[in-house]
Amino acid sequence: MTTPLLAGMKRSTLWTGTVIDCDVHANVPSIETLFDYMDPVWVQGTQERGWHGPTGPRLSYPPGAATTARDEWRHDGLMPASKLSMLQNDILDPWQVDRAVLNCYYGIDSLRHPDWAAALASAVNNWIIAEWLDKDPRLVASLVIPARDPIAAAAEIDRVGSHPGFVQVMLPVRSERLYGQRIFNPIYEAATRNDLVIGLHWGGTTEDAPSPTGYASWYAEQYAAETQVYIAQLTSMVFEGTFQKFPALRVAVMEGGFSWVPTWGWSMNKKWKGLRRETPWVDRLPLEIIRDHVRFSVAPADLGSPEHSQRIIEWLGSEDLLMFATDYPHRHDDDIDELLAIIPATMKPKLMSETARAWYKL
Amino acid sequence: MNEATASVKKPQKFVVARAEEIPPGSRLIVDVGGREVGIFNIKGSYYGMLNRCPHVGGPLSQGQLVNSVTATVPGKITLDESQDLLTCPWHNWEFDIKTGQSYWDPKHMRARPFTVNVEAGTDVAEQVDGGSVGRIKGPYQAETIEVSIESDYVVLSMRPQRPGTAAKPGACAPPPTATTEMKVEVRP
Repeated sequence: MTTPLLAGMKRSTLWTGTVIDCDVHANVPSIETLFDYMDPVWVQGTQERGWHGPTGPRLSYPPGAATTARDEWRHDGLMPASKLSMLQNDILDPWQVDRAVLNCYYGIDSLRHPDWAAALASAVNNWIIAEWLDKDPRLVASLVIPARDPIAAAAEIDRVGSHPGFVQVMLPVRSERLYGQRIFNPIYEAATRNDLVIGLHWGGTTEDAPSPTGYASWYAEQYAAETQVYIAQLTSMVFEGTFQKFPALRVAVMEGGFSWVPTWGWSMNKKWKGLRRETPWVDRLPLEIIRDHVRFSVAPADLGSPEHSQRIIEWLGSEDLLMFATDYPHRHDDDIDELLAIIPATMKPKLMSETARAWYKL
Repeated sequence: MNEATASVKKPQKFVVARAEEIPPGSRLIVDVGGREVGIFNIKGSYYGMLNRCPHVGGPLSQGQLVNSVTATVPGKITLDESQDLLTCPWHNWEFDIKTGQSYWDPKHMRARPFTVNVEAGTDVAEQVDGGSVGRIKGPYQAETIEVSIESDYVVLSMRPQRPGTAAKPGACAPPPTATTEMKVEVRP
């Protein structure tokens, strides 16, 4: 998404206003990196077993895939986005980023061990605080949780959620159960108690099929079909009444795109008009609930032609739903200039910073 | 042309049935000058609704009668048995039987309710004689019934209600005081 800058276009040519990047990544380079931040019980457990860490990241982001990192962001054979200096040199400095929301996807959920998963989440959060948040005031971050265990997840949210650098709880989009179901309420209670956004992010459990109906054969297929899972999770939250139960809940969709939102919203609206008696707590049009409670990162934007994309922006029915992101170090289409060209002038500052500032209270 | 003759030509009220023909929990769909109207008896109160959904014209009066359900939080549903809703059989949209107001789009969408009253045979007979109450012709299986003072009759008013006002449910008619007979056609 950053080619206009990297290809020689100056940031000032693209956008002179403030930039908040709502999705940049920190990658854990190795399990050993976390040893200083982990209870010794689990350090020994890792060493004893010769464990190399969760499988999730490599499945969600195959190391060599073109989408996993841009060539210019692969430094000296090191894992991309695994050091603060990389993020600073590649994104924060050249983009003159005012604030950036750091997301560490480490595949905590590929671990079934209930205690180890919780310990691993704590270690990652400690590492994020020490190695990233404490070292660059431009950064805020998502905390990670053992999402399979909502009670343990809530405890971890309460343990670190009051740290001023944490603004969000990362919820990997794939899960064994739909996130609107009441078993997850402790997570939303803890998130709202700590005034944190719920960040629905690519990734999640590895043993269940990554689509609602089975396994994809290829990575491109899986990546493209992931939209279905975002839709399934948000639809669940709407109809289960998560937003009525937690009126203050704010959700951000990251790496999920947004072009599908209008047509999906129309479909929910249609069904609701005639079937709403099943779920009377859904007290207004579902798309209105989405507009009130959900924001979307624009990496990927998945744009079509300018004419068609402009139509989609209009169909969103609000200028307040989209938030700029680079999704560093992942590679998507380089289309932020195209997106800026088709949106109303009044929407540009909202897209580039204001919406994220309001959503994350930055 | 005297005044009585003029009102015979354009009656706005119609005898649609003997009261006992629409017992509580039942309905009758009648044709009034080409307009079909559902007549409902809900726990002894009568309501009328044009048999045409304002959405896409579905046969609204053939839909289910249900009560209002609301919830402020998931799982705690309040059933309001004082609020009766008619749901269109095509898309299940809910309309207030009294006001025609749509549940989901109360500002822009409204079904067409009519006032229905139960009146004593004596009064009905007088009004039919005077021309202010009309008789409807059943296009399908019309049957002829007699208006007698021993009976109460369901009288449909086709006067438009003011938007936002509820139709008054039909009250019990006073006891009959005189005897007269006449023919009224009703569509079952």
